[in-house]
Amino acid sequence: MSGPNTNYDPVEVAVLDPEAVDAAVASALDAVAGATSLDELKALRATHQGDKSALALANREIGALPPSAKAEAGKRVGQARGRVNQAFAARQLELEAERDERILTEEAVDVTLPTGRRPLGRRHPIELMSERIADLFVGMGWEIAEGPEIEAEWFNFDALNFDADHPARQMQDTFYVDPPEAGLVLRTHTSPVQARTLLDRGVPVYVAAIGRVFRTDELDATHMPAFHQVEGLAVDEGITMAHLKGTLDRLASELFGDGITTRLRPSYFPFTEPSAEMDLRCFVCRGEDPDCRTCKGTGWIEWGGCGMVNRNVLTACGVDPDRYTGFAFGMGIDRALMFRTGVSDMRDMIEGDVRFDAQFGWEI
Amino acid sequence: MRVPVEWMREYVAVPQDATGVDIAADLVSVGLEEEGLHTGGVTGPLVVGRVLSREPEPQKNGKTINWCSVDVGDANGTGEPQGIVCGAHNFEPGDLVVVILPGGVLTTPQGPLEVSARKTYGHVSAGMICSERELGIGDDHDGILVLDRRFAGEPDLLARLTPGTDAIPLLGLDRETVEVNVTPDRGYCFSVRGVAREYGHATGANFTDPVVDLDARAPQPTEGGFPVELRDDAPIRGLDGCDRYVARVVRGIDVAAPTPPWMATRLTEAGMRPISLPVDVTNYVMLGLGQPLHAFDLATLEAPIVVRRARAGERLTTLDDADRALDTGDLLITDRGGERPVAIAGVMGGAATEVGAETRDVLIEAAHFEPVSIARSARRHKLPSEASRRFERGVDTALAAAAAQLAVDLLVEHGGGVADEDVTDVGTPAAPAAVSMPVGFPSVIAGVDYPEADVVRILEEIGCAVTREADVLSVLPPTWRPDLTTAPDLVEEVARIHGYDEIPSVLPTPPGGSGLTHGQRVRRTVADVLAGQGLSEVWSAPFVGADRYAALGLDVDAEVARSVRLANPLSDEQPLMRTRLLATMVDALRRNVARGTRDVALFEIGLVVDSDGERRPAPTEEVGVRPSDEVLDAIRAAVPSQPRHIGLLLAGDRDRAGWWGAGRAADVTDVIDLARVLGEALGVAVRTARDTVAPFHPGRCARVELADGTVVGHVGELHPKVVAALGLPARTVAGELDLDVLTRAAEATVQARTLTTFPMAQSDVALVVDEAVEAVAVEGALRAGAGPTLESLGLFDVYHGDQLEAGRKSLAYRLTFRAPDRTLTTDEVSGLRDSAVAAAATRTGAVQR
Repeated sequence: MSGPNTNYDPVEVAVLDPEAVDAAVASALDAVAGATSLDELKALRATHQGDKSALALANREIGALPPSAKAEAGKRVGQARGRVNQAFAARQLELEAERDERILTEEAVDVTLPTGRRPLGRRHPIELMSERIADLFVGMGWEIAEGPEIEAEWFNFDALNFDADHPARQMQDTFYVDPPEAGLVLRTHTSPVQARTLLDRGVPVYVAAIGRVFRTDELDATHMPAFHQVEGLAVDEGITMAHLKGTLDRLASELFGDGITTRLRPSYFPFTEPSAEMDLRCFVCRGEDPDCRTCKGTGWIEWGGCGMVNRNVLTACGVDPDRYTGFAFGMGIDRALMFRTGVSDMRDMIEGDVRFDAQFGWEI
Repeated sequence: MRVPVEWMREYVAVPQDATGVDIAADLVSVGLEEEGLHTGGVTGPLVVGRVLSREPEPQKNGKTINWCSVDVGDANGTGEPQGIVCGAHNFEPGDLVVVILPGGVLTTPQGPLEVSARKTYGHVSAGMICSERELGIGDDHDGILVLDRRFAGEPDLLARLTPGTDAIPLLGLDRETVEVNVTPDRGYCFSVRGVAREYGHATGANFTDPVVDLDARAPQPTEGGFPVELRDDAPIRGLDGCDRYVARVVRGIDVAAPTPPWMATRLTEAGMRPISLPVDVTNYVMLGLGQPLHAFDLATLEAPIVVRRARAGERLTTLDDADRALDTGDLLITDRGGERPVAIAGVMGGAATEVGAETRDVLIEAAHFEPVSIARSARRHKLPSEASRRFERGVDTALAAAAAQLAVDLLVEHGGGVADEDVTDVGTPAAPAAVSMPVGFPSVIAGVDYPEADVVRILEEIGCAVTREADVLSVLPPTWRPDLTTAPDLVEEVARIHGYDEIPSVLPTPPGGSGLTHGQRVRRTVADVLAGQGLSEVWSAPFVGADRYAALGLDVDAEVARSVRLANPLSDEQPLMRTRLLATMVDALRRNVARGTRDVALFEIGLVVDSDGERRPAPTEEVGVRPSDEVLDAIRAAVPSQPRHIGLLLAGDRDRAGWWGAGRAADVTDVIDLARVLGEALGVAVRTARDTVAPFHPGRCARVELADGTVVGHVGELHPKVVAALGLPARTVAGELDLDVLTRAAEATVQARTLTTFPMAQSDVALVVDEAVEAVAVEGALRAGAGPTLESLGLFDVYHGDQLEAGRKSLAYRLTFRAPDRTLTTDEVSGLRDSAVAAAATRTGAVQR
């Protein structure tokens, strides 16, 4: 670099010539505008912004100008470089945005590809139904009680007023444990939990027992040797059949929809007196279709048995039957599931074919 | 109970336009559930025909058939005579017969038979001339039904019959029968009388008790009747086996006399086949009134009849020709002063005194037997009969004389017999006991405000005698209602007759519960976690055979001892209750594989039996009595322990193959991991330790235990022999855990630590140990050596290979340190790592790589 040259006229320095500066700027802007990629743009920076660029060279000459000319030349070159820098920066942003957009486009995947490296498992719908029913009772302020499946005959029968010689005891298709003197059976209903609950908890008591029960039925489309029941028991002062009806109606409408009520028909069970069969208003036709296949046009579907707890049951369980009354009811959960979901062959429920569970979600 | 509507109309005023459907609906409202509606088994055209000609035509096979021309009026559409081939010979031209024309349908034992015009014996036979049996209205199959003979007693009717008349109403084949289910407390409804009475209750229709008239006509007992003695020296529960015995004798009966058609029709409709006049009469009276009767051939009886308990060693050949050993609990009818058994009372008669073709004189027994005695005998001899079914539910104690009278009347009228004037009637049944009930009690129980007058009216309507003192009713039930013994029994009567529909719907107000129990919540968590891990929930019937335990490689004797055996299993191959879930779950796995599902992951939560093998018979107690605490304890103690288990069973791919790449087969680490996941979900520390138990591969089985060493269960790969024996997919992995143990362990509440926010520091170490050294030992040593600032430790590589000596493996761990109160320096971390490695070296022989 040469020292200050006071003799120089800036006009005479070619690179500082305004036209030359403008030409350099124009050339740079043209090049920037023509750059189609960040790499191209980067390559252009050496030519138009680098140490060897025309404007850099011009800038270097300013130092040699007489003080009188420095200001003007400096301003000219400075503005020129500013414009070029700005153009580069703007184009840089544009190209980066283009690149980012392109990458996002390129990264798109086919979201319709199948997934399922590890398929979700399933709860058995009977268990889900049982939990739903349990929640209903808990919501009403009841508790859920349990008992063993291999049960003492006394709990399964005698405590419930099934006399050893009563025909009702023979109607139960009971599995007996060998030897019969053992006094054990596979519980034929969830009702022994009634007796256990009354003995263990005393009164007042509001419990539902949910569980597996057994009858000597061969497995076919409509029978299972093991199936599921829910049993309700409320013993308190002042309990009436109206409370029984109210509870059943609530259960029916919660499980099968608003407006689905129940109907009681006189019947007989050893552990209740008065006793009733419980019918459910047909949830398909609501009693309005004489050709309904679900209820065979009757408007009602058999659902279970119920009644006021027999005095003998209360007495056997140490409850004063003159002070307390109670109601009890029992119904099939498997049957309720069949109603709700249209399961038509009971074998599907017990065979453990994963395709059965897979039809349902975890909410039933 | 099948109730012919026509028969019911005899006792109750059923409206003429009431159909079977209407009647069934009314009966349902008072508690008689409809089981079915039946009509005759013939669909028309079935018409009256007059035989115009009958030409016998001998056939090559030796048979002679008749080629008949029959006038069926306009019923065939042409008015021309119908040509029909008939094999019977018991008719002549001019007779009126019943013809089923082509298009009609008969019910045969083989099913429906549609009649068509068909070529036979060289003719086109356009229909059939029917027999009683073909029409289902009698047993006579010797020839065709000739209406002139059937209606010989009704000349007016016969005169009205013309060819072409519809024979379906004529023969009652359009008559409806309502079948109802009779609950065990309503023994009296095993009769047309009882159901008619209930129909009256349901509808208000006027009921006429046939017994009133029969009682009025029944003669008073006399001294000269056939001698009968009641000598029960071993009453059951203090009740005499027989408390009334009426015997009537009818002599000179023609046992071959036909049963009148109306009776045969009623019996057939009620579901019983007509057999012979004496038998039909006893059945008819039983169905009509509810009193089972027995007819003895008088000539075979030697007085006196004694009703007593059987003696040890006695035998009786019953009507079904079975030679039966009698039990000392059996109540018997004996003759010769008690020497010879002639019937098991109320169950079945003996062959030696049976009414047969030679019988001329019969003795009709109408007795009242005690229900429990009859129930036990019927069960003991596996002889549930129409009679025992009624006796064990309780027969009207005041019915015997009237029933015997009806039988005598029918035998005299239709069998041409003469009744003895002497009548035997011994024994005095206990009168029904009065039940006292506050008049407001039905309202209190039913939750319906019954007017007092209604309560009394309803009780009187069902036959009770009601007296009132202040607010308490004294209610004397009728003799046909032995089930009415307590006030709630009477409430049911009031409520059902008033209508169960009247009962309002009111929600009770419990005092408030405490939600699901801990155990119930844990169970849900476990099931949800396992399903979330990709397993599908199944449940299986808990029945297995000892062979299943053998197939699982278990000690069969030990499993059988822990199990419980059923006295009456559905299958003799599966008499045992499962001691573990896997014993029955494997069937579900096999079924899935057989049906083409290759990748299967199942879980089951359920009870198993874990009996201690002790036999402690469960005592019992009479109904309505609270057992003593000692007895209750013994009852509970007799119930075997039934822990709740979790079963796990995985086969095929755990991670599926797909467009993303290969799958990964389930292996033992998957079931170990499921145990870990369950522990984490329940906040319970579980660890695994090597174990060798059936049914697992000895080198791939882990015992799952709590921190204190309590065993939770086992997981592992199934032993190849088990896989082979049960036909399972190779490398099936499984687990069985005790959920009760996990539930108890999960009771503890976790105490939270304050999270430290100082930076963590990590250091990796690779340690070479013998193959036999278990990872858990190395990890334990590292933890012990690293001290409390070790936040976590992860095994990120296991290497076996060329760069190591044979029999050695390299375990690479990442140790993460963090102090609660400061930032650890690099030197500190190095020091901690070194001491961890030193501890591993000391305890496991580890060498840093």
